[in-house]
Amino acid sequence: MTVSDYFQTMTYGPAPESPEAANAWLDDYKRQFNLFINNTWVEPSTGQYYDNYNPATGEKLAQTAQAGQPDVDAAVSAARKAFTTWSSTPGHVRARYLYSIARHIQKHHRLLAVIESMDNGKPIRESRDIDVPLLARHFYYHAGWAQLMDSEMSHYQPVGVVGQIIPWNFPLLMLAWKIAPALAMGNTVILKPASYTRLSALLFAQIVAEAGLPPGVVNIVTGSSKAGGMIVEHPDVDKIAFTGSTDVGRILRRQTAGTGKRLSLELGGKSPFIVFDDADLDSAVEGLVNAIWFNQGQVCCAGSRLLAQESIYDDLIARLKERMKRLRIGDSLDKGVDIGAIVDQTQRETIDGWVKVGIKEGGEVYQPDTELPASGCFYLPTLLTRVEPASSVVQEEIFGPVLVAMSFRTPSEAVELANNTRYGLAANIWTDNVNIAIDVAQKVKAGSIWVNCTNLFDAASGFGGYRESGYGREGGKEGLFEYVRPRWQARPHPNLDDSSKSKDANWGKAIPGRPAPVSSKEVSDNAIPPIDRTPKLYIGGKQMRPDGAYVRPVRNPAGKVIGQVGDGNRKDIRDAVEAAHTVAGMWAKDRWASRSPHNRAQILYYIAENLAARADEFASRLIEMTGCSPKAAKTEVDTTISRLFSYAAYADKYGGTVQETSLRGATIAVNEPVGVIGIACPDESPLLGFVSLMAPAIARGNTIVIIPSEKHPLSATDFYQVLDTSDVPPGVVNIVTGDRDHLTKTLVEHEDVDALWYFGSAEGSAQVEYRSAANMKRTWVGYGLPREWLSKEQGEGMEFLHESTQVKNIWIPSGA
Amino acid sequence: MQKEKAVTTIHERNPGIPLDLGWIKHATVNRSAVERRASTLPARRSVKKDWQAAWLLRATTCIDLTTLAGDDTPGKVQRLCAKAIQPIRQDILDALGVGPIRVAAVCVYHSRIKDALQALEGAGIPVAAVSTGFPAGQSPFAQRVAEIEQSVEAGAAEIDIVISREHVLRGNWQQLYDEVKEFRQVCGEAHMKTILATGDLGTLQQVAQASRVCMMAGADFIKTSTGKESTNATLPVGLVMTRAIRDYHDRTDHMVGFKPAGGIRTAKQALSWLILMKEELGDNWLSSSLFRIGASSLVEDIERQLSHHVTGRYAARHHMPMG
Repeated sequence: MTVSDYFQTMTYGPAPESPEAANAWLDDYKRQFNLFINNTWVEPSTGQYYDNYNPATGEKLAQTAQAGQPDVDAAVSAARKAFTTWSSTPGHVRARYLYSIARHIQKHHRLLAVIESMDNGKPIRESRDIDVPLLARHFYYHAGWAQLMDSEMSHYQPVGVVGQIIPWNFPLLMLAWKIAPALAMGNTVILKPASYTRLSALLFAQIVAEAGLPPGVVNIVTGSSKAGGMIVEHPDVDKIAFTGSTDVGRILRRQTAGTGKRLSLELGGKSPFIVFDDADLDSAVEGLVNAIWFNQGQVCCAGSRLLAQESIYDDLIARLKERMKRLRIGDSLDKGVDIGAIVDQTQRETIDGWVKVGIKEGGEVYQPDTELPASGCFYLPTLLTRVEPASSVVQEEIFGPVLVAMSFRTPSEAVELANNTRYGLAANIWTDNVNIAIDVAQKVKAGSIWVNCTNLFDAASGFGGYRESGYGREGGKEGLFEYVRPRWQARPHPNLDDSSKSKDANWGKAIPGRPAPVSSKEVSDNAIPPIDRTPKLYIGGKQMRPDGAYVRPVRNPAGKVIGQVGDGNRKDIRDAVEAAHTVAGMWAKDRWASRSPHNRAQILYYIAENLAARADEFASRLIEMTGCSPKAAKTEVDTTISRLFSYAAYADKYGGTVQETSLRGATIAVNEPVGVIGIACPDESPLLGFVSLMAPAIARGNTIVIIPSEKHPLSATDFYQVLDTSDVPPGVVNIVTGDRDHLTKTLVEHEDVDALWYFGSAEGSAQVEYRSAANMKRTWVGYGLPREWLSKEQGEGMEFLHESTQVKNIWIPSGA
Repeated sequence: MQKEKAVTTIHERNPGIPLDLGWIKHATVNRSAVERRASTLPARRSVKKDWQAAWLLRATTCIDLTTLAGDDTPGKVQRLCAKAIQPIRQDILDALGVGPIRVAAVCVYHSRIKDALQALEGAGIPVAAVSTGFPAGQSPFAQRVAEIEQSVEAGAAEIDIVISREHVLRGNWQQLYDEVKEFRQVCGEAHMKTILATGDLGTLQQVAQASRVCMMAGADFIKTSTGKESTNATLPVGLVMTRAIRDYHDRTDHMVGFKPAGGIRTAKQALSWLILMKEELGDNWLSSSLFRIGASSLVEDIERQLSHHVTGRYAARHHMPMG
């Protein structure tokens, strides 16, 4: 073929990126890589290596070490040793290191990109123009947070030694999301790359050494999932950060339950891509290309579920099919391809399996008439129509270049369909109507909302999910909280007995209450008996008898029965959760979160006012229940009133921020309520503990099911009269008394409860974390360790607000 | 790799259709999304080596070699026409092994039509004349119509008209339609390119709307700019206009051409425009019957790149004959 022929055909021809430098780098290591511990290369104790291939060509690139237990131990102890000095290194010095890493990344931009594409199969355009620039940006951005930690995060300290496990879809970017914030906040890390894609992390290790980072601060340990397990189980690791599948996330939640290890998870997704009839359809089609064919669709936040308004559905699908014909598929090192190789044959088979399921379920498949390269691991861009929410391909994450398409009629139906999923990672909204855009952005439950754009990332914007897409954020100030703990708080080392380690299935079993044995000493000598007052449960704004029709006695410290409370059971919890949902649901008539912040503040002030009016009565109750001094009782009541004022104040002062991303327009971080929160109160400070947890939750728009102190529940049951007189709408606060763990078990296993806070025993904390894995609800537990509820530092403020909210980043580009 | 279709160049002229105001109203263009696509488009495609040489030759054949200056003289036009006939040095063409390459047209003011026709005699290169009160289009309507008549009579085979921006900015779609339709009638056999002067239009939506009206009124080509506005041809504008062309084709089966003009000076830019055409409209729009680039100095840069391709050495501008 000659120039003359090409002049006629006007084909593109190949445009290969040279692999020369990358191959030379691999050769420098004789194509065999060891573990990076203490800034040196260490041979694996197993003596075993794993073969890494280029999925686009099938060629073997190198072999990488398989770490064993001694290697993980060595890496953890290196990180532990480094932590002592790194955590006390001044912020400015840490900033210099991070800045240096960023600079070195830029210097080796091309090599990083080529290695990434060879190892993973993604098009060089993407690694060159997206992955690596974002990698550098992440380190620059977090160099800034290292510099500012003293002033901006002064109430916090580093978490410690962090184990980080990352996936194969964005090896370098995920590494950046993990390592940069950890280092900025003074932690040291052991990072395990995914097996398929280990090479760029090893190149990064070399960059770390070149940038002069002190030994042990960053350790890169390659290995199988077993090695991952060793990191997770290691007792000297203080936190696990994981990105990957929801199934593995669930396992990690259970493995770390009760250990006091922090956990952040960025899991799967099935993100909606909503197109309204007024959208720029050609641009929406381009958006879809970037949503589902970016990185071969192997993107956790891929816009994989197209929802198009019925009036433009056919038009959009026709345009999309035309566009699909022009997608070029080929070698990841060809500069002119849109779609590269699938990471591995196994993944390809999984994708193909899902497409076959889609067909079996009645779906119609469209794939363009595009030739695939003769060898290598490739998959055609695929569109599945005639699928419905009832199809499994609509519900399950396929993690490949497969789009499913459905239609909707109205904006509210679009929202309902969008939210009809267990996931909540991202959503795309295409409309030129600003009213619809903002309204839908607020209603869709997902961590990242892209309006008229797709798959945009920036270090200044937190990324992370709602629901079973995980918890924690990566990027933005919100992401820093995953790598710090309050200054006053030591790493919890819960005191667990053996039974809890077996995740005792009998946990939470309780025998209903019964009358206290008759004791002659307790016989009253009053001439007239007091009127019996047995508090009921408080559900949906009504006083309800417990479903089981049992009561339990409440005793003072001397053992004297001072009253009785309803003994709630799982049905009461069920009813309380239903009641909480009547004012939590998106379409609830009087949705608590939709009340104006001013109004919520007013109600909290009103609660404080009504409590103040009955301060003496509440103090007497505390004395009666706990035997505390009148002075202590007064202090507790006064502090409770002050605390209510604090959260009345915060009701309209924690809405979010405008993020300074690279987007022209606005990236808005909104602190949204978590939803329905289950709360098990501590036994200490029965009034203050109850209010310290209730107030931030409802101030920020959550509705709650709250289990008062098991020992001293009467302050809480007295409290519902205060709520009744303070204009708190029915369903916002639901109080169920009874056996704490018995009730907690039902709450934590309830799949329509979004978060659980637990301030009971160490064992209960372990159980809560373990059982929360069912729907991956967020948990916040006390591990049975004491907390000074009276102290402002420990009993109120940012930690409480953080737990009461989840951050949604809404990207709104501008342009007249 | 994608299967490539053979290029077909035969197409009938666009007769236009009745004005459909509903179609104008529903022209939604999201600027940020369009700009994102436009910025990644050249990065998504790369044309190298022999393919690049072939593409640059193709770009050359799509050039409307243009001089539109107050100081244009018969001598200047004659020199330009010589370049139009031999835009690429013969030794370079020989080394590439390709036959004769000529530009698509020579574009001048009315007063220079005669000079151009003389200089191009027998070369088979049409003369295009800018018209209708170019560049501002603010002269009396009758005069603008007369200008077309006179240019056609003088032998211009192509007429590049300017639209009244007023009609776009005020949303007078009917008036715009009527105006362009009348121009088209007066053009007769001469092909009509309508210049939207997108730098004068406020939004990309207006670019889309004006494109649609002009096509419905019978434009053979829609063209971005006069070269005299402060903003010339940009890829985002090109993207909006090519998408409008595609929509019009889907609706009517009529193929309308596209001409970016102004500020296109480098071979790399020319490749980007070709990529835009191929990606958005397909291979049928890659020849001069449906794609033109209005440019004056682009040829020299293309020539230098081709020289580099042939010799492996970077070429000096003064080695390329002036146009």
